[in-house]
Amino acid sequence: MAVRSREKARGNPDVRHGSASLRQALQVLVLKLVQYTLLIAGAVVFAAPFLWMVVASLQSQANMFRWPPSWIPIDPSLNNYINFLSGANIGRWFFNSAYVALSVTFLQLFFNSLAAYTYAKRRFPGRDFLFLLGLGTMMIPGMVTLIPSYIILGNMPLFGGNDIMGQGGHGWLDSYWGLIAPGIVSTFGIFLLRQYMKSIPDELLDAARIDGASHFRIYWRIILPLSVPALAAHAIFTFQFVWEDFFWPLIIISDPDLYTVPLGLTLFVVKNRTAWDQLMAGSVLVTLPVVLVFLVFQRQFVQGIALTGMK
Amino acid sequence: MAVTSLKQGPGRHQQILREMRKEWTAYLFLAPGLLLFAIFTVFGIAFSIYLSFHQWNVLEPEKPFVGLDNYIRLAQDRRLRGAVVNTLYYAVVSVPLTMGIGLLIALLLNNRLRARGLFRTLFYLPVITSAVAAAVIWKWVYNGDYGLLNYYLLKLNIINEPLLWLSDRNLAMPAVIGVSVWQGVGFQMVVFLAGLQAIPQELYDAAKVDGAGPVRRLRNITIPLLSPTMFFLFVISMIGALQEFTRVFLLTNGGPLRRTTTVGYLLYQKAFKEFEMGYAAAISYFLFAMVFVFTLLWWRLTYREIEY
Repeated sequence: MAVRSREKARGNPDVRHGSASLRQALQVLVLKLVQYTLLIAGAVVFAAPFLWMVVASLQSQANMFRWPPSWIPIDPSLNNYINFLSGANIGRWFFNSAYVALSVTFLQLFFNSLAAYTYAKRRFPGRDFLFLLGLGTMMIPGMVTLIPSYIILGNMPLFGGNDIMGQGGHGWLDSYWGLIAPGIVSTFGIFLLRQYMKSIPDELLDAARIDGASHFRIYWRIILPLSVPALAAHAIFTFQFVWEDFFWPLIIISDPDLYTVPLGLTLFVVKNRTAWDQLMAGSVLVTLPVVLVFLVFQRQFVQGIALTGMK
Repeated sequence: MAVTSLKQGPGRHQQILREMRKEWTAYLFLAPGLLLFAIFTVFGIAFSIYLSFHQWNVLEPEKPFVGLDNYIRLAQDRRLRGAVVNTLYYAVVSVPLTMGIGLLIALLLNNRLRARGLFRTLFYLPVITSAVAAAVIWKWVYNGDYGLLNYYLLKLNIINEPLLWLSDRNLAMPAVIGVSVWQGVGFQMVVFLAGLQAIPQELYDAAKVDGAGPVRRLRNITIPLLSPTMFFLFVISMIGALQEFTRVFLLTNGGPLRRTTTVGYLLYQKAFKEFEMGYAAAISYFLFAMVFVFTLLWWRLTYREIEY
């Protein structure tokens, strides 16, 4: 009925035709009903495992194993968290993850935006060639460069006990360098920001150039402030990606003092296959920062994906 | 004529050099990216081609040149053949399933709705759940003795006895695919939503006036206009799926009976457990070829659709 009266208010001529309009209103109603039913059912299925993790992390192992399972925590407590935090060296893991993820995020924001500005707004010989070369290699699967990257890192001259020829030590393997340095620029990030910066009007830059501003000043004072939405989306993407990445740390890190949260948790899982109570608490803890970032910056996040999907 | 053309060659060169000198800061701004690109991409790819022609074991001091041996071994390796079958199974089921569900949810959400933001967040939660956490949760869900999935399937009388999802050789791959769909749908949904919102409303209005129903509007407007988005999503999903490693490593370790050993997982084992970098490099090129073929096929397929 509500639908029908709204249609009427809009002045839809069909609605005035008695039974036909009723049938149409009914159709709309049924469609809405189907739509909501599907969405609610889907959302329940998708959110349930996540909810279960939180519920399980709040109860003792005995209550976790109850059959039938209970969706409301029985005797909720934070004991699992306390046990997990006191057992594992998780403070160190959190520091490592935060240090690496924030470093990579800020370095990428700077270097990617600098390159993106150069590609978007400047003319110089070789520009299109370099840009297309970068774009073309984006399609190469990461697995192809994984093995050489590992060997290159291990042979980085003058680091980690290596001599000038890159022999004798472990190079950038097992170090913050190895976790941060290969990720300080990304073709994907440059592309994302360049698309956005191309839409900034040239007149703004020309005016500044006539006033004698240097390229870096134009970038810093005009381009960056105008690119905040794209930069925000880029920052969130990068932070999430680096925070959750466990493959790269798994391959290059063996020193427990350098574990990131996902790597530490993975090895904790391997070692304590039955400590479900602590595993659930650890899983909540590793997910929490990203969920918080997402909830706070949700709008930029969705916008950021729109930026990548539109090309 | 002859004189001017002779002058033009070196003259042009000088002009380019002059421009390069004038715009030198452009190269400076690109330097960090170009340096990393040169080391890890250009040199890395060249180096891994070199690797693939050598028997390169990290632990051995001798790293002899073996010609095409690694590639010949590739063709005869039964473990690799099994891994290719598993990878294709994984990719061909999980990518269309994830995209299909993602598109369906995006279409449902692309209307005026109550709690649209809430729905979007709920569907997106699995995407931001760390892969390790997802593995812990789903190992529980799939557990044979007290798992949630068995509990509800038994209750709904769909199965008669609990199933061992992750250790049954026929169920393990579907179980891994289940987790990947759960974690992948949210991203597809958001990208599809962005694509849907870029379609001009006038097209739908015009179609309505012409008496086209919802199904015809979907088939004749939405799907064709979404095909660039679909192409983009399919390519990046396929590149990801053909390299699948993380979920297999965390959920099944490639088992049972290697039924979930993907090419990515095999490559990891060869390179970082058995230290056979040369052979692993050859596998990586094989993987590259698989990605390339799929991208090309899909490009041919959707290209026709755009023209139509």
